[in-house]
Amino acid sequence: MRGHLILRVVSKLLIPFLLLFALYVQFHGDYGPGGGFQAGVIVAAAFVLYALIFGLRATQKVIPPALLEVAVPLGVLIYAGVGVVTWGLGGNFLDYGMLDSHDPSHGQHLGILLVEAGVLLTVSSTMLLIFYTFAGRGR
Amino acid sequence: MEFLINLVLLLFLSAVTIAIIGVRNLFAVVVLGGAYSFLMATLLIAMDAVDVGMTEAAVGAGVSTVLLLSALHLTKTDEAPGRHSNVLPMALSVLTGLALVYGTWDLPRYGDADTPMNTYVGAEYLERSIDETTVPNVVTSVLASYRGYDTLGETAVIFTAGIGVLMLLKGRRRRKDEDGEDEGRS
Repeated sequence: MRGHLILRVVSKLLIPFLLLFALYVQFHGDYGPGGGFQAGVIVAAAFVLYALIFGLRATQKVIPPALLEVAVPLGVLIYAGVGVVTWGLGGNFLDYGMLDSHDPSHGQHLGILLVEAGVLLTVSSTMLLIFYTFAGRGR
Repeated sequence: MEFLINLVLLLFLSAVTIAIIGVRNLFAVVVLGGAYSFLMATLLIAMDAVDVGMTEAAVGAGVSTVLLLSALHLTKTDEAPGRHSNVLPMALSVLTGLALVYGTWDLPRYGDADTPMNTYVGAEYLERSIDETTVPNVVTSVLASYRGYDTLGETAVIFTAGIGVLMLLKGRRRRKDEDGEDEGRS
């Protein structure tokens, strides 16, 4: 996209803030609205915007499809892995209280953080990967 | 005031819906679909469901509009005129709509505190969440902690959906490449 000066400049300005907002939604999920799903789709939308303005090839340089193909199952593995770890520590599956032996509430915070990270990975990379495949077919 | 905002948003929603039915140009339909999602997101935020509103805005108005546009790139931009009469589908839609409206009469009022969902387990979550998890946002503690299994299932669903779409789209592509039809284009 050579022309479209305004679109390019505005999206260049917007994308960092979109990503920052996604991180805020992700890590502030304990205190305000949001969490892994919301942050994941915002991250995906930011990169889709980048691909619309600067082209698919430039986006795939930033995030190669091979990386996404690893990230999609990795998110589910992180989530289920937290459950397995709590099993190993003597609790029930996904019993986050077990993650911290001194204070169960710290364990809850840690568990939710990890689980949301897994959700973020799977959601954002699935969205982007579907977009890559769709956009790559048209040409 | 809130009633007025909701009324305006719902009127816009129905206007967009009617426009979608009437328009034959698929590009316009996709753009109107994006507008619908955006109005829906605003409505959800007006109903204090900010989480859902954010997802609707990002997925409905953002990503899925782009996906539909890129799908449109592969096909014609105008809807083919229907070959059958519209009477039967119309009658079916109207009947289904009436049945749904009839069903809403049995629903509790919006935000009613005496409904089963607010009296049994919901109230329990609200009472115990801060003590047990010390997470101030009850939505997060219910979603990730109390209902952790459900969320794991949802993540697995997204994973499965992604894999399914990839298998459908990528498998097709490879076969084309082998036939040599797609050479030099990708």
